[in-house]
Amino acid sequence: MKTITVTHVLASLEKDIRFDGRKFDEFRKIEVQYGISKKSAEGSARVKIGDTEVVAGVKMEIGKPFPDNPDEGTIMANVELLPLSSPDFETGPPDIKSIELARAVIDRGIRESKTLDFKKLCIKKGEKVWMIYIDAYSINDAGNLADAMGIAALAALQDAKFPKYDEKSERIVYDEKTKKKLDLSQLPIPVTVIKIKGKYLLDPSLEEEKAKEARLTITTVDNGDIVAFQKGGNGTLTEEDILKMVELSTKKGKEIRKLLKNEK
Amino acid sequence: MKRSWEGLKLIKRIDGRKFDELRPIEAETGVIPRADGSARFKIGNTEAIAAVYGPRGLYPKFLQSQEGAILRCYYNMMSFSGSGERVRPGPSRRSKEINLITEKALFPVLDLSEFPGSTVEVYIELLQTDAGTRCAGINAAAMALADAGFQMRDIVSAVSIGRIGNQIVADLNNEEEHHEQGSTDIPIAMLPRTGEISLFQMDGFIKQNEIQEVLKTAKKAIIQIAKVQQEALKLRYKK
Repeated sequence: MKTITVTHVLASLEKDIRFDGRKFDEFRKIEVQYGISKKSAEGSARVKIGDTEVVAGVKMEIGKPFPDNPDEGTIMANVELLPLSSPDFETGPPDIKSIELARAVIDRGIRESKTLDFKKLCIKKGEKVWMIYIDAYSINDAGNLADAMGIAALAALQDAKFPKYDEKSERIVYDEKTKKKLDLSQLPIPVTVIKIKGKYLLDPSLEEEKAKEARLTITTVDNGDIVAFQKGGNGTLTEEDILKMVELSTKKGKEIRKLLKNEK
Repeated sequence: MKRSWEGLKLIKRIDGRKFDELRPIEAETGVIPRADGSARFKIGNTEAIAAVYGPRGLYPKFLQSQEGAILRCYYNMMSFSGSGERVRPGPSRRSKEINLITEKALFPVLDLSEFPGSTVEVYIELLQTDAGTRCAGINAAAMALADAGFQMRDIVSAVSIGRIGNQIVADLNNEEEHHEQGSTDIPIAMLPRTGEISLFQMDGFIKQNEIQEVLKTAKKAIIQIAKVQQEALKLRYKK
């Protein structure tokens, strides 16, 4: 059974109108705030897209490298859809929705864009490397958590500074942050496009997410190259759909990139 | 047993505060539009947000009470909010204890008898921490419950009172909590109007004749905190 709002979303789309009055390719207002957990996290950020709000934080630890890449550090992305942020989320271990966001939106965008040089995270080959943990949390779910989380994770990485590593004791002194930052060579921006009744919508609201037939999250880097796709929803996409969605996502990705710090 | 710091006198606090001085406080309500009530409470570098959902259905059925809605609180430190290594996600023994004491701190002001068989849920998340997190969580949660429109016979305000050396101090920060002279941490929640105490814990050591000073210091701090909470709640209805 469709809820009343979903029925309205569909009815207004028939008349080429979006339920909240936006243009099809129009985002709600995006706000990026750096350093929201200065006391505790190595890097942190808050992203709001309209009423949707997420936070992300970076913690750095020292670990043993994987045997197949003995001179490379690594990233670990984790997403929690907090029951604080929506009546639809429940307590408990991460469900499939949060795992999809962590792996397909945050981890893949950062890893595949090679924005971080993992070799620079090596302290001692085969023994000690930096492990970069990225944790993203939903604070208020009003639709399009995926894009918000991807942007927040990236902003938190931009904000991050290494803590001091004491070589003598081989331990991290978390109280002392150095000036050394993570060098990001690219800004991989995920932009989700949903398809409803043959129309493509950016930045879906909650109601639109419920009404969607299919969605595609496309992550692009500065020169327009694509570093990740993630298709969702029960419906299918055609070749034409995908090409159009890529075009929309790339264009919007460029605009969003301008909202982030440019440190190059 | 004689403690090494016995008799030592604290001259001033690490961050220059007076003994009974609180860190700067920020409070705000309605920060999470999807929740039935929500609030943010920041004291120094400790920052908590809280959201309330309910009353809503409660399953499994054996948890239901015919006397009224039950109150369930969930305290969580975000993985990046600790002072050292990353905090592993998911509930810990510590967070479960805090869930319990938070429920007990808030329950006495609520009247949930109108909603038998249901549950009221309070979610507390810590964004950054510098000691006093359970108290910040309780302060945010009390505001969120008021914001949700529950009948309450008072606000609940909480503060951690400490003892460093022989000195009683209000609102310890993390550095003070790990003071080399040894320190005592006494989180207290009160109903500011009546002075009733709904949370009282201690981790450390005090002398019997110091209890009254602890409570006096707490009461003074709690009146200040309650004022900030109440102002933030009023602001929501001012145009």
